[in-house]
Amino acid sequence: MINWLRRNKSAQGTLLISPTLIFMIGLLIIPLILTLIISFGKRSADGNVIYSFGLHNYIRLLGVSYNCSAGQAVCYDPIYTQILWRSLTLAFNSTVVVILLAYPLAYFIARSHPSRRNTYLFLVLVPLWTNFVIRVYAWMMLLRTQGLINSALAWAADLFGRPFTPLEMLYTPGAVLIGMVYEFLPFMILPIYTSLEKIDGSLYEAAADLGANAVRTFLRVTLPLSAPGMVAGTVLVFIPVMGAFVVSDLLGGKQVILVGNLIQRQFLDARDPTFGSAASLILMALTLVVMFFYTRKFGFGEEIAIT
Amino acid sequence: MTDEFAVEMQDVVKRFTTPEGGILAAVNHVTMQIRDGEFFSLLGPSGCGKTTSLRMIAGFELPTEGKILIHGKDVSQIAPFQRPVNTVFQQYALFPHMTVEQNIGFGLEMKGVSKVERSARVSEALEMVRLPGMEMRKPKQLSGGQQQRIALARALVNKPEVLLLDEPLGALDLKLRKEMQLELKSLQREVGITFIYVTHDQEEALTMSDRIAVMSKGVALQVDKPEAIYERPATKFVADFIGETNFLDGVVRGQTGSTVEVDLPGTGTVYIESSRTFANGQQTTVAVRPEKMTLNREISGGNNLAGRVEEVIYIGTDTHYGVRFAGGHKARVREQNVTQGQKALASIGDEAIVSFTRTSPRLLTE
Ligand SMILES: Nc1ncnc2c1ncn2[C@@H]1O[C@H](COP(=O)(O)OP(=O)(O)OP(=O)(O)O)[C@@H](O)[C@H]1O
Ligand SMILES: [Mg+2]
Repeated sequence: MINWLRRNKSAQGTLLISPTLIFMIGLLIIPLILTLIISFGKRSADGNVIYSFGLHNYIRLLGVSYNCSAGQAVCYDPIYTQILWRSLTLAFNSTVVVILLAYPLAYFIARSHPSRRNTYLFLVLVPLWTNFVIRVYAWMMLLRTQGLINSALAWAADLFGRPFTPLEMLYTPGAVLIGMVYEFLPFMILPIYTSLEKIDGSLYEAAADLGANAVRTFLRVTLPLSAPGMVAGTVLVFIPVMGAFVVSDLLGGKQVILVGNLIQRQFLDARDPTFGSAASLILMALTLVVMFFYTRKFGFGEEIAIT
Repeated sequence: MTDEFAVEMQDVVKRFTTPEGGILAAVNHVTMQIRDGEFFSLLGPSGCGKTTSLRMIAGFELPTEGKILIHGKDVSQIAPFQRPVNTVFQQYALFPHMTVEQNIGFGLEMKGVSKVERSARVSEALEMVRLPGMEMRKPKQLSGGQQQRIALARALVNKPEVLLLDEPLGALDLKLRKEMQLELKSLQREVGITFIYVTHDQEEALTMSDRIAVMSKGVALQVDKPEAIYERPATKFVADFIGETNFLDGVVRGQTGSTVEVDLPGTGTVYIESSRTFANGQQTTVAVRPEKMTLNREISGGNNLAGRVEEVIYIGTDTHYGVRFAGGHKARVREQNVTQGQKALASIGDEAIVSFTRTSPRLLTE
């Protein structure tokens, strides 16, 4: 048996991937197929699934509504397309803000003395040690109308004898953006740091030698060579933000509903698993399409530095 | 101010704080003048400060003390991109994300040369390093030797006043290396640019250079033409590092005119021609190249030392004989194998006489 394995390369391969394969088939492929089947079904009066085949859930998601004002049989209801669009723009904005914040930090770490880099990376990861929900509650404490920020501002205003009305920060799109950026920042810092750290120092010297000042060296050498890190980080940030619901639930409340919240509500509050399944699949399709075009253009963040 | 020197190092010192907390003088009071249009080599063993010297000329390191002038202008404190020099790096340092054309054109682009002129000059540079038509390749798609040439083209296309090369052939195999040595040398003659070339390979330095600076422990021991360095080494270190040398330690017993009488205790007495004046009783070392000694059965003119053959090594063109003398001195004699099927002059254990003329050795005191 052992000898046979030793000789047979493809059997080795099968053996190596089989744990993951079993896991993936059991917990990803089969549930996905079930989701697909359910999404075609109907909701029964008591919230169970009636298995049938129809595209009504998808049609509803695209905005076709039958609950119209008097006289109309069919009309356009933008609520779900708005939610999808909101998720998409939020994912895009979060990714951009995360890159803008992560890049300088990663650059700073990569350029610091090697003996200090590990400490900095450790500090980047420290927030991940606490449960994420607890950290989002901390943001609620900060952003609330009677929260820390407003109290501080009120105190400052009082000091200068100015009138002060508390800022409405919690339950706004801005609060959700802050939460997302906060949650996913480390996932951008690490890949950018890795790609910056990999750049051979003699390339900077070569650029300087050939007459490039610091700015041009950054634009022509550092930035393109760290692009793989940004691409990898984008994949790691964009996809989870698209499906997130905890941050928007706690920091956005009823004001900022994302696809993630919509799906969650269909399964828990509205008790319509068929519509929830359809929404899940639309979300997945949307994410795949965006990532498909993105990686087509930039790769997965591995090859582009070379090819 | 016009100056015949391309580069001058004036009493340059570079000290580093080592990670262990000590202070290390990587370059220790080096003064040298490199002439315009010269192929100048910095030669020395690993860690002697060659790279550090070169990096100070390029501007990647600033001297702790002293001055560096390029064509008479003090550049000691200005940034690399403001110096009229270009560097060929040991690991080439080609930009991996750029094509060959973008790599070579980078320096011109930074100077604001137009795109049309740039591409003409890039083709010209590729022609010069004998790699025409490679514009669109990425560095990864080139062999080590080709990358080397691209690195050279990238530096030369800027027509620098001085080209700095840090062991540029270090990563190539022996055959390619020999080829590139000759090519580099003829290229340098063609373009007339001053080359400062770092190497730890003495043969390479001898082959290519107009002048060589032999360095050891941050100090330039001797700066001279290759023949002079080989024939008239200034110190034991230079004699030993460049080629092979027999060192016979002895004491000066007298001097008549230019002839110095040296006693090699236990081995014998030799007479050496020297332009220097020695004191009686002074310690000295007789340094003789192996090819300047002959192995004989009988005494001949000049100096003769009797010894016993301990070692016979046949290496094709030559045979080397290791001889030990009564006083414990040792010498290696190189005899050329001139005739077909030549027999060894002696075998292990034989008594033999080692002869050399009075003018072949150097008397060294340091
Ligand atoms: N940045 C630095 N910090 C501390 N010490 C250094 C630094 N750079 C060089 N040194 C030390 O200075 C000495 C000379 O180094 P240098 O690189 O000039 O040697 P080299 O002659 O080029 O040797 P090699 O032939 O091995 O390249 C070495 O002992 C080295 O350890
Ligand atoms: Mg070196």
